[in-house]
Amino acid sequence: MNADICKIGHLQQKACELREHIIDMIHVAKSGHPGGSLSIADIVATLYFDELNIDPEQPQRKDRDRVILSKGHCCPVIYGVLAMKGFFAVEVLQTLRKMGSILQGHPDMKKVPGLDMTTGSLGQGLSVGVGMAFGAKALNMESRVYVILGDGELNEGQVWEAAMSAAKFKLDNLTAIVDCNHLQVDGFCQDVMPIEPIDKKWEAFGWQVVKIDGHDMEQILAAFSTARKSIGKPTCILAETVKGKGVSFMENVCEWHGMAPNDNQCQLAFHELKGGQVQ
Amino acid sequence: MKPAATREAFGDVIVELAEQNQQIYVIDCDISKSCKTTKFADTFPCRHINVGIAEQNAAGVAAGLATMGMIPFISTYAVFGSMRMLEQIRTSVCYPRLNVKIACSHGGLTPGNDGVTHQAIEDMGIYRTIPGMAVIMPADYHATKRLVEQAVHYDGPVYLRFTRDPLPKHYGADEMFEIGKGKIIKEGGELCIISIGDSLHQALEATRILNERGVGVRLVDMHTLKPLDTALVEECIAKTGKIITVEDHNIYNGLGSAVAEVIAESGKGILRRIGLRDQFAESGDYEALLQKYQMDSAAILQRADELLKM
Repeated sequence: MNADICKIGHLQQKACELREHIIDMIHVAKSGHPGGSLSIADIVATLYFDELNIDPEQPQRKDRDRVILSKGHCCPVIYGVLAMKGFFAVEVLQTLRKMGSILQGHPDMKKVPGLDMTTGSLGQGLSVGVGMAFGAKALNMESRVYVILGDGELNEGQVWEAAMSAAKFKLDNLTAIVDCNHLQVDGFCQDVMPIEPIDKKWEAFGWQVVKIDGHDMEQILAAFSTARKSIGKPTCILAETVKGKGVSFMENVCEWHGMAPNDNQCQLAFHELKGGQVQ
Repeated sequence: MKPAATREAFGDVIVELAEQNQQIYVIDCDISKSCKTTKFADTFPCRHINVGIAEQNAAGVAAGLATMGMIPFISTYAVFGSMRMLEQIRTSVCYPRLNVKIACSHGGLTPGNDGVTHQAIEDMGIYRTIPGMAVIMPADYHATKRLVEQAVHYDGPVYLRFTRDPLPKHYGADEMFEIGKGKIIKEGGELCIISIGDSLHQALEATRILNERGVGVRLVDMHTLKPLDTALVEECIAKTGKIITVEDHNIYNGLGSAVAEVIAESGKGILRRIGLRDQFAESGDYEALLQKYQMDSAAILQRADELLKM
């Protein structure tokens, strides 16, 4: 139990550090998408610091686990965690969205060590995940594939084409993580395009569904464990989250979807994050 | 030799190639019977993926397989293989330069009686505009077999376009092909006819008639629209200065446009383009449509007469 508490504390600390990187790099870049990066930060920190079988020394190792950030605009969260894991220097984060940088506005797999797929056009990632998971099974590899989607992204029809096929091919090595922060660019998901009941939809498409609080490390760890135990079914983790989580003035404010904090806002955000008010 | 649709050649050669190469996969979208991949599905069930009527998903699944080291061939009709999955191919395949091949039957007017919805007349032009995409239309059965083989060895995305309807066999089984290198079928000094895909057969007929009239024609099979064999086009300009392009495609952004770009940049040469003149065709027999829409040998002869008078 103590070991678990220790692990959770460690992951919380990593998530907090990751949020600081997100705020810092978007502030320096003067553009980017903080809201959806912050909402998924706890899950991404847990994935990379506990769940994934990856090796920063061998980013292309064949039998590694793979992550596809289908909501590619939230790449600061992945860039941040990859730097923290040592795939590249933390200083590189300062070059986000700059000419000549490996850190493009939306992620480019051919430029970033440790990044498994180029994304940025919503709706495409889960199909790629199906291809990877199918390929891993065909090659008798233990690799697991994690695809991170937004709840707004579920508007895209291709997501459901992919969901159907993952069930057909019994891809129990595939996990979709839906960051249910309830906001998309034009407003609340329920107003732009009602998508509920999301759980029943995934279940109807033949997936194992796990609903969690996406900011609770214990629940995140348990969900990954449940996904690993699945036999013959892909798993969808529906993570209830808060867009902008950890920075109070960004929380649940639609405008922080794609806006950079100014100097003052950046300082305020750091103050909050360092004050341990994240959880 | 019995005429054969080039989709038949694809169906035959993909099995032959897959016997040697474990990396080859085929992704079908519910039309494997029509795309001639059922033999592959029966022979290699573990390497055949049918995603149903879901082309966008097919593109993503292919991208995912390619990241794992496979060489996936997406098999569908040219209309869907170019336009229904276009942005997925652009962003998830071409941008990261993944090794995905798109092999499409029903190119141009060859699905004749199916009508406009199934006649792809924009596909090659669309893919020509996407960075890094190779665009190929073989002219007959054996050309298809060899060019599909070349596509397997080519590291990067390739769009291959086949015919639904049968075409005469021009090439022998031993003919060699190279992606990006046009083939000179006949030499002649007065006029050049450059064709792609099924149009070669119209160009061959026009060349035969022109030769009978004593006109020397250099005939080129430009099976690769991109990367274009610009050296060969420049040679054609230098040799005759008069060029006719023939394609089963809209005249915009296909072979005619590509050759026009070379001519314009060289500052020399005169060009006439044969193709659909920015219009949709209709249901009808393939040969009859070529005649009605002035894409047949008679149309080539008409343009040749114009050029020879200049």
